Amino acid sequence: MLSSLRQYLGRCWRFLRQVSGDDAYERYLQCYGKNQVAHQHQQPPLSREEFFQLWQQEKWDGVKRCC
Amino acid sequence: MNKTLQYLIWFLVAVIGASAVGGIALHRGESINALWFVAAAVCVFAIAYRFYAAWIAAKVLMVDASRATPAERLDNGRDYVPTNKWVVFGHHFAAIAGPGPLVGPTLAAQFGYLPGTLWILVGAVLGGAVQDMVTLFLSTRRNGRSLGQMARDELGPVGGFAALIGTFTIMVILIAVLGLVVVNAMKHSAWATSTVAATIPIAMIVGIYMRHLRPGRVLEASVLGVILLLLSVFGGGYIDHHPYLSSLFNHDGLTLAWWVIAYGFAAAILPVWLLLAPRDYLSTFMKLGTIFLLAVAIILLQPEVKMPALTQFIDGTGPIFGGSLFPFVFITIACGAVSGFHALIASGTTPKLIANESDIRMIGYGAMLLESFVAVMAMIAATVLDPGVFFAINSPAGVVGKEAADAVATITSWGFPVTVEQMELLAQQMGEATLFARTGGAPSLAVGMASIFGSAFGQHLLALWYHFAIMFEAIFILTTLDAGTRVGRFMLQDMLGNFWPSMGRTSWYPSVLLTSAIVVAGWGYFLYIGVIDPNGGVNILWPLFGISNQLLAAIALSVGTGILIKSGRLKHVWVTLLPLSWLVIVTSTAAWEKITSTDVRVGFLAAANDMSAKLAAGVLPPEKAAVAPQLIFNQQLDAVLTLFFVVVLWIVILDMLRVSYRSLAGKPVRPSVETPHVQTALDSSWVRD
Repeated sequence: MLSSLRQYLGRCWRFLRQVSGDDAYERYLQCYGKNQVAHQHQQPPLSREEFFQLWQQEKWDGVKRCC
Repeated sequence: MNKTLQYLIWFLVAVIGASAVGGIALHRGESINALWFVAAAVCVFAIAYRFYAAWIAAKVLMVDASRATPAERLDNGRDYVPTNKWVVFGHHFAAIAGPGPLVGPTLAAQFGYLPGTLWILVGAVLGGAVQDMVTLFLSTRRNGRSLGQMARDELGPVGGFAALIGTFTIMVILIAVLGLVVVNAMKHSAWATSTVAATIPIAMIVGIYMRHLRPGRVLEASVLGVILLLLSVFGGGYIDHHPYLSSLFNHDGLTLAWWVIAYGFAAAILPVWLLLAPRDYLSTFMKLGTIFLLAVAIILLQPEVKMPALTQFIDGTGPIFGGSLFPFVFITIACGAVSGFHALIASGTTPKLIANESDIRMIGYGAMLLESFVAVMAMIAATVLDPGVFFAINSPAGVVGKEAADAVATITSWGFPVTVEQMELLAQQMGEATLFARTGGAPSLAVGMASIFGSAFGQHLLALWYHFAIMFEAIFILTTLDAGTRVGRFMLQDMLGNFWPSMGRTSWYPSVLLTSAIVVAGWGYFLYIGVIDPNGGVNILWPLFGISNQLLAAIALSVGTGILIKSGRLKHVWVTLLPLSWLVIVTSTAAWEKITSTDVRVGFLAAANDMSAKLAAGVLPPEKAAVAPQLIFNQQLDAVLTLFFVVVLWIVILDMLRVSYRSLAGKPVRPSVETPHVQTALDSSWVRD
């Protein structure tokens, strides 16, 4: 009972982090690691700060909010 | 057994829904409980989602769960990312739900609660949600291409150009009218102005925190920001009672309009991380939190709706905006029923995140239904007020008179009794100097929300709830203003780049300054005129916004209709053709009336001529005569703009009909640019749990 509640709360927390973009950098690193085998990236992955800067810049490069 | 139970449940939902809709349509008593509205919306939307949307997805669009989406094929960890459907739903809903569904229903409540509510329910189910889902589907099948690109690819350069121009003009009008809503909410209110002003440094603090102190810690920074925002509402109350501080924030509409214009320019040239991005996080959290709170309060409190089902203003004599029920209720409520703007979002970020095509129904159709639900709640919040109070807040001084005694006498003579004492007491409870002629919809919505929140969570906090509601509306109106100005700037840079390549470089500072200034001057002009117009400005700007928004919806539905015909789905084309035809009828009629009507409160040219005659005859008081030439020019400009919108609309329609005819006659048309089928390799359970 208690463990299933903890599991549920954990899922809610992960959802909140994902929907808000709080875990975007961790996801990027995961994606980088996954693609490393296929693409053999020459560059090391972006730092957290660099990634966040680029991510935000790209996010606002178009119609993102409506009426 | 299981199947029988399902049939039984859906049968029950249908019966409850039909009773609720019938109840609100036929009820003619003193008041009606708001729960009927909630029940009608929930049941109608549930049935539409379960049956109509599912049928469209399966039979018309033929979504294919085995097909790899662009997010899977082009996954780069940044913009193309296969994402959990609930997360995409959250992003998509946050992006489409702005202040539009709150303001439109509030204004349309002048016709009574019934027309607006029925249009929200029917418009969303058959129009808005269909448009969003079809556009999302088409864009997903085309690597997340934008509406403009799809129009160009599938219909031709004419359609593409129309979409581009439509998007740019809608942006300018939208920002102007939303700016006007904020200005009217802050006018002569030190509490509201100081609270709204405080959101700027708060957003900057959050921006610096996310960028430099703890990079990328979005949740921590947002919690900090929300706490500061709530403190700013309390702080505004303190400033309001302080003789010196309150004088710093107590301004007339024109001064505030200049402040908003200066702010818009600054926001457009500042880096996104400093103001726009953090403000967006805050506004999203505030928006979702407040809407949830409002829904809970309405269900807990079950307030009585006091507005009649229909008012005498369906004949076109309404004080908030001129024009009869048909076509103006369909123009006034755009967001919440059908909003063309959504097509830009549905062909922007969202299709690049979808992990599986089978998620499209929930995200495209479902998110629009939720937005319509917000519109229904806004309708409830506006109509729980005493109708006399509602009209006193929303009627401009130019219609009901400048003096409080004149205004209450006029409104009472319409059959909606209200007294000066009642309005004074209400203003005092809300912590405002006056609530007369606070047009634009935000103050009356805030009074409605404050009285609902007050009854549910504590009556003694009415002034705090009121200013909380104003702050909540202002924060995401300003986000739309920032984001819209920036998008307008990008579009302008793109267009100018064709003639002068360095102007097309989005980061070249002279280009940034020049294009931002042009966009801000565009909406700033309409905002300025809206503020100096004694009839409140809303009467002019909101219908223009509605027409331009429905124009964009018609372009999106034309693209959908054209593609359905080209891909041999003529049998089912009515799914998009039906809402498209309705929008064409409504938009063309409204545009026709706005240009040719002889009623000075409806026809732009009639108003211009009337004012010219009065100016020539010297019957205008000096303060009105001073601004009359500007108002006359503006009315003429609005007539030209409306004509332009309707011409663009018909060009797109004729272009779509041309392409459809050629396709049906077996003549060559542009080939579909749908990406070929690739089998999905994604074990999607991880994103779809």
